[in-house]
Amino acid sequence: MAKIKLPPVPSNPLSSPKRPGKEYGPSGARGHAAEAGVSAVDWIDERTSLSGGLRWAMFRKVPKGTNWFYTLGSATMFAFLSQAVTGVFLAMYYDPSATRAYESIQYINNNVFLGEFVHGMHRWGSSVMVILIFLHMGRTFFFGAYKYPRELNWVIGVALLVMTMTMSFSGYLLPFDQRSYWATIVGVNINGTGPLVGPYLSEFLRAGPYFGATTLSRFYAIHMLMVPGAIAALMGFHLYLVAKLGTTAPPWIKAKGPEKLSEEKVTVEA
Amino acid sequence: MADRKEPKSKYTADRQTPGAFEGETVTRRRAMVVAGQAAGGVAAAAFVLPALGFAMGPIFEKEDQPWQAVGKVDEFNDQSYVPRTITLVAGIGDAGKSTVYIRKYNPQLDTEPRDEYNNYIAISTLCMHLGCPVRFTAAAQRFICPCHGGVYDIVGKVAGGPPVRPLDRFYTRLEKNAVLIGPRFSVNSELQRFSPRDPGEPLDGVGQYLYPSRPSMRKIPGT
Repeated sequence: MAKIKLPPVPSNPLSSPKRPGKEYGPSGARGHAAEAGVSAVDWIDERTSLSGGLRWAMFRKVPKGTNWFYTLGSATMFAFLSQAVTGVFLAMYYDPSATRAYESIQYINNNVFLGEFVHGMHRWGSSVMVILIFLHMGRTFFFGAYKYPRELNWVIGVALLVMTMTMSFSGYLLPFDQRSYWATIVGVNINGTGPLVGPYLSEFLRAGPYFGATTLSRFYAIHMLMVPGAIAALMGFHLYLVAKLGTTAPPWIKAKGPEKLSEEKVTVEA
Repeated sequence: MADRKEPKSKYTADRQTPGAFEGETVTRRRAMVVAGQAAGGVAAAAFVLPALGFAMGPIFEKEDQPWQAVGKVDEFNDQSYVPRTITLVAGIGDAGKSTVYIRKYNPQLDTEPRDEYNNYIAISTLCMHLGCPVRFTAAAQRFICPCHGGVYDIVGKVAGGPPVRPLDRFYTRLEKNAVLIGPRFSVNSELQRFSPRDPGEPLDGVGQYLYPSRPSMRKIPGT
């Protein structure tokens, strides 16, 4: 009986031999995985045309001299994102009622796994965001980046600064300890010193003549629903204008003039 | 001027709009655009206006300030203040409580005319600078604010620091040997009564008009 020769067994069953020619598709597990990712992205892009917009927003030309100071805006945005994420998770345990708020913060700090850490990130992150937004504002000012055609972006930035301060003010009350209680009383009364509308404004903030049962929930709603939504929307518009108008070169980079400046005799025909 | 355009007629029929009626001045496209935008505006107003009213409502709501007993008449004297705790806002625990300093009317100190509401003088501890709690220091015969250094004399008039008017007071009355504390009122530097204002709002001169009183809290009429 003649012995039939067995075909050679491949050493690794996963590494199949390459197909001849690229036109037959990818080869190997990694190739298939990459192809799956590409086709998924293609599927979305075919239906949304998002890639053009992304390329437009992210692969921009930046002027010569762009340096680390230009990252302060993105840093502020990431500080905001950090505040948003930690804030959402704090809301899972926080109870905005005058009798329960302080206890729920104590519970977050003492009993919840990583609670003190997440609370601390939110608390210190707020200061970080305020510092970064002022540095970003200073960069814009000293580099002259607020000038034509970017004035509107400066105005939006000021609105974002005001809203960031509103966030700091409304968030300060939420731990509901002695410091936050009295600081809010003082802050609301500072609002009230504005002539004519001031008294009504402070009454609106307190929801009544005294710091009352709904003041805390009112501050909570302002802090986590009204202002963050407005900040996110305006931040999107701010970024759109940055992408549309481009960034400025630092003031120490001299603009290149035309190659040759020459005087020419101009004759005006009669 | 032959190149100048003829002014367009206001009638769609004259403008050759297809399907125009006689005497029609608004095209149907324009009418639909206006109607669509109006419908959107009405729909938005239908939820924005009630929500705004809901948020603003407390400004126009009268706050209930019941009279509350703080002690018997013999617990108070006309020389110095006795602190008592009253409830300004019910149902929110300590956050709704406040300290009030009470003493008997003393003709040698108090210059304001006497009536049924000031047999006992009840001084609010809300500092009139920005609302921190003041404390009466007996040795100095002064009310002192810990926040920004506001100082008031024994009748609550400003003796120094940033406060803009004397300390607020509460109406008091007697009922069967018990001293009752009622609504709060503000005073100007002559200790005349005004509807309660927030701290930081002066009442002398033009101040009472720049910082109007609000519907949520008014003084007792005629006092």
